[in-house]
Amino acid sequence: MSYSTIAEDTRPLHHPKTWVGKYVWSQDHKVIALQYTITAVSVGLVALVLSGLMRLQLGFPGMIQFITPEAYYQFVTMHGMIMVIYLLTALLLGGFGNYMIPLMIGARDMVFPYVNMLSFWVYLLSVIVLMASFFVPGGPTGAGWTLYPPQAITAGTPGATWGIILMLASLAIFIVAFTMGGLNYVTTVLQARTRGMTLMRMPCTVWGIFVATILGLLAFPALLVAAVMMMLDRLIGTSFFMPSIISMGEPLAHSGGSPILFQHLFWFFGHPEVYIVALPAFGIVSDLISTHARKNIFGYRMMVWAIIIIGGLSFVVWAHHMYVSGMNPYFGFFFATSTLIIAVPTAIKVYNWILTLWRGDIHLRVPMLFAIGFIFTFIHGGLTGLFLGNVSVDVPLSDTYFVVGHFHMVMGVSPILVVFGAIYHWYPKITGRMWNKMLGQLHFWITFIGVYLIYLPMHYLGLLGVPRRYYEMGDTDFVPASAQWANEAITVAALTVGVAQLIFFYNLIHSYFKGPKADPNPWGATSLEWQTPQTPPVHGNWGPTLPTVYRWAYDYSVPGAAQDFIPQNVPPEDMAQDHETRGPAVVEE
Amino acid sequence: MRFAIVIVLLVIGSLIFHFVSPWRQTPIASNWGEIDNALTITFWVCGIVFVALNLFLAYCVYKFRHRKGLKATYEPENMALEKQLTVWTAVGIVVMLAPGLLAWNKYITVPDDASIVEAVGQQWQWSFRFPGDDGVLGAVATENISADNPFGINPDDPWGIDDILVDGGELHLPIDQPVKIVLRSNDVLHNFYVPQFRAKMDLVPGTITYIWLIPTRTGTFEILCAEYCGVGHYVMRGYVVVDEVDEYESWLSDYPTYGQTIADAAIEIGAP
Ligand code: HEM
Ligand SMILES: [Cu+2]
Ligand SMILES: [Cu+2]
Repeated sequence: MSYSTIAEDTRPLHHPKTWVGKYVWSQDHKVIALQYTITAVSVGLVALVLSGLMRLQLGFPGMIQFITPEAYYQFVTMHGMIMVIYLLTALLLGGFGNYMIPLMIGARDMVFPYVNMLSFWVYLLSVIVLMASFFVPGGPTGAGWTLYPPQAITAGTPGATWGIILMLASLAIFIVAFTMGGLNYVTTVLQARTRGMTLMRMPCTVWGIFVATILGLLAFPALLVAAVMMMLDRLIGTSFFMPSIISMGEPLAHSGGSPILFQHLFWFFGHPEVYIVALPAFGIVSDLISTHARKNIFGYRMMVWAIIIIGGLSFVVWAHHMYVSGMNPYFGFFFATSTLIIAVPTAIKVYNWILTLWRGDIHLRVPMLFAIGFIFTFIHGGLTGLFLGNVSVDVPLSDTYFVVGHFHMVMGVSPILVVFGAIYHWYPKITGRMWNKMLGQLHFWITFIGVYLIYLPMHYLGLLGVPRRYYEMGDTDFVPASAQWANEAITVAALTVGVAQLIFFYNLIHSYFKGPKADPNPWGATSLEWQTPQTPPVHGNWGPTLPTVYRWAYDYSVPGAAQDFIPQNVPPEDMAQDHETRGPAVVEE
Repeated sequence: MRFAIVIVLLVIGSLIFHFVSPWRQTPIASNWGEIDNALTITFWVCGIVFVALNLFLAYCVYKFRHRKGLKATYEPENMALEKQLTVWTAVGIVVMLAPGLLAWNKYITVPDDASIVEAVGQQWQWSFRFPGDDGVLGAVATENISADNPFGINPDDPWGIDDILVDGGELHLPIDQPVKIVLRSNDVLHNFYVPQFRAKMDLVPGTITYIWLIPTRTGTFEILCAEYCGVGHYVMRGYVVVDEVDEYESWLSDYPTYGQTIADAAIEIGAP
């Protein structure tokens, strides 16, 4: 087969000769992954601070002078967009995708290392353009992360002069970056797997990232065209999304456009986007659970097919975000049905995660705490999704705090818990050092309990009827005074959770310099990334020869084996022997 | 051990919170009890699943926690079990979806005897238009909007002359009579939302949307805008007052028709 000659050839790797070549203009997928991660986490911190400010306004209205309604809406918009796109999408695909795909499939690097490098730099440019909008006249756009026209480009919305232009430009640049990265991930998975690594032997992590990337490649173009069309409406007076309207008492020159067309384009991207974030998290969490429960992921084939089916169905449910948008009301029947159908494969994933724990040997190490925390929050967020998907039940809840509670549970909190778990899980491989267990546990408990205290009450405010994107409730008859207590308590919880993240960063940074040296395979994991000759893996990953794969990634607790795990590259005849790595030694519960 | 207890406590806490929290749906004031019923069914089905899954999760975390000598079972898959779970999930889905779709069918099907009123949104206020004696709203266009003609009624359309114009953000409706509320925006998206009615729908510039309902309780209810429409979104309020029929009629008779407003404007211009 052709891969053996190409893949074994280490010359095209361009070993860097200078510091700049190694850490700045690097073409090593691992360095690019870290560049992506650090950039994404940095903007993520901006979004976190913005959420703290919003919560201060909601919990203690008027306490902070500079949070005017304009500022509040700018914060909401930037917070939402950064969290979804520039943090989670970039981190899960650009960060984890880059680091894990080549290592897990036994490749030396991505197939197009140069394009991979460009992908990061273009992503960084999109972040800079986005951040620049804080400094332009009028500030960043306050159109809501959904950017619905006509409001997004008319005078009643903050940032309608410059902010929106920079937002649209930044999104377009991001999509270019994503496309370069995405084509790489897909091609690498399809072309660069090592000997024996069949598709059905890939770890769930790779499956999740792979399918999410395909979704991204198909969904982002819809956002791109929407952004370009809105840019034209804004700059040269076309009317793609603009009917004839009055703004600030003056008629505008547009006519004939359709605001609902934008919503279809946005959500044709926006719903798959939920899964672009969720599927990598699903994949990663499957591997965390399996490894730390010392048991194969339950129903691997079902899990893979569920990822694929969810990915496919995610393209035919988008209008569940538009039940009360004024689209043709008959669409409601179709989209409610398709949406509830997607709940079936999703539920199967949840069952299988729990069934993996069942009759396992559960080591409650920090990554596993986060993984189980994820199961809890995802069950919650998934179930509230059934309310919102079920068209008529959505009517009273749509655009209320129920929605805010739901999507934070399902696509905010849940993937973030997985990201934390994954960072704790792979940190020893990436840095060669081990983090502090006590601090890790403290971080988990504050975050896990804290987020539930933040979001559970929000659902009930929504049930009461409090709309989202409200700067303040003011005096509203149906809202009892006690609702303000809820808001205060939520704010206190949110600030606590926000500040508690310092524990995480302290732990990572401190351990990087002072942490004990980590075992190359501290958890006794089977997948290939733990079997590299060096820890951390060096450029080229595998030394002179690529590993050969003999088995799936889930040979845990196999009867008759010497240890409770058999790495993927152990041939059948060596099954009964000990493997080089020492198994769980460093952190034990 | 600790984790299993926390999960159980979170489940119990959520249940207690659900039943004692003072934040729940406002007492209903319209015919949309079906929506509430579908919501209640969804709460029950989802609530049971929430409790069952999490208790099983807690059980597993407790029962199979690592101890010396414990070894995990090697069981790659169990198709029979997975099939069963799939079927039961599908049943749960159907139980929720069916009432949901039936309610939706009713929600979008306006009865023939519904009267018509138009709600107009413009950053950041509400105004209303009744069709007058002919029961038909006159044609409108954004181009016609001016200080004298804030509703943009086409002056040449005979159906529009008797339309009754209500600005000031308060709408009265007669109790127990079906009404179709036609929604129109002059600028950006808005959403007509009265929590006690349960119904809600966006106002979309360039098209007309609608909801319909039967008010079932007299009283004053707030209209909130539920689609982000710029900085004034959170202050875009109005009121619906549900009246007995005769009070409603006397209220409506205080408002001018479009024909009267043009006549008044003409007099003003003509006066010295
Ligand atoms: C401690 C963490 C977080 C807190 C306290 C928080 C808080 C908030 C608040 C207060 C709002 C505005 C609600 C409104 O006025 O309607 C909001 C909106 C939003 N958040 Fe978060 N959030 C957090 C984390 C996240 C994460 C991790 C995500 C990632 C998906 C996320 C995504 C969003 C989105 C998409 C919106 C909607 C923005 C819009 O309405 O345009 N948030 N969040
Ligand atoms: Cu969706
Ligand atoms: Cu509004």
